[in-house]
Amino acid sequence: MKNNERTKPIDILLVEDNPGDVRLTREALKEGKVLNTLYVAEDGVFALEFLRKEGRFADMPRPDIIFLDLNLPRKDGREVLAEIKSDPTLRSIPVVILTTSKAEEDIVRTYDLHANCYITKPVDLEQFITVVQSVEEFWFSIVRLPLDK
Amino acid sequence: MSRPFCILLVEDNADDIELTRDALQAGKVQSDLQVVKDGLAAMAFLRKEDPFGEAPSPDIILLDLNLPGKDGHLVLAEIKADKYLARIPVIVLTVSNAEEDIINSYDLHANGYIVKPVDLEQFFKVIRQLESFWMSVVKLSSRTN
Repeated sequence: MKNNERTKPIDILLVEDNPGDVRLTREALKEGKVLNTLYVAEDGVFALEFLRKEGRFADMPRPDIIFLDLNLPRKDGREVLAEIKSDPTLRSIPVVILTTSKAEEDIVRTYDLHANCYITKPVDLEQFITVVQSVEEFWFSIVRLPLDK
Repeated sequence: MSRPFCILLVEDNADDIELTRDALQAGKVQSDLQVVKDGLAAMAFLRKEDPFGEAPSPDIILLDLNLPGKDGHLVLAEIKADKYLARIPVIVLTVSNAEEDIINSYDLHANGYIVKPVDLEQFFKVIRQLESFWMSVVKLSSRTN
């Protein structure tokens, strides 16, 4: 459909320190309709190194989309978001906030920092999978992502 | 949500306005669709300037790029540079599939970019999925006033 120009899988960078959530997200995405490759950064420092292709991330691709948790070790998700969205070379990559926080403060602050959308992770397993698949459906089938790498 | 989900559509093409309205009415939940036909009216609506003094604050904005008066890119840039309006998600909804428009819109902090499908059924499907995603899956700020 919208992404019919694509011949290769969508590269997703998931920034998440909770191994359980990483596993669930991976499983939900595997069941989805769109071919994708999931890369995981376990904290905010790794996320920025990945995006800037530093050190061991030199050969990593530029992700088509970023799923970002807010509470992360070493560098907080809010700081990561602010850095991405103020970097002219990175800011066009859509950032989906995927967090357990429902705090209005977090919602407002992340939209102000130009998060592309904010999603609260459901605690319920089935709902979690449904939400990840809704995100996949919207961002990979309905929306046009930037093609340039 | 106590009040209806409010969508501001910035679109000058009468057929596209009608189609968007039809697609939204076919959905389960009735959204409040507000329409302005050019970029200047969009900014006046969002800033509640005359004649939009009583206008609601939209939950999301659907923005066409080619608009009379003030272009969609300029409208997007103004919204995203405004301290209070920036937090309202803006989905670009356009016929353009030019890579330049896509990149430029994301660089200006569009929250999403959708190419309007030419096919009628696809158009309906896209509008309805867009509505349900932003209304039911995404968390929006309640502080847009």
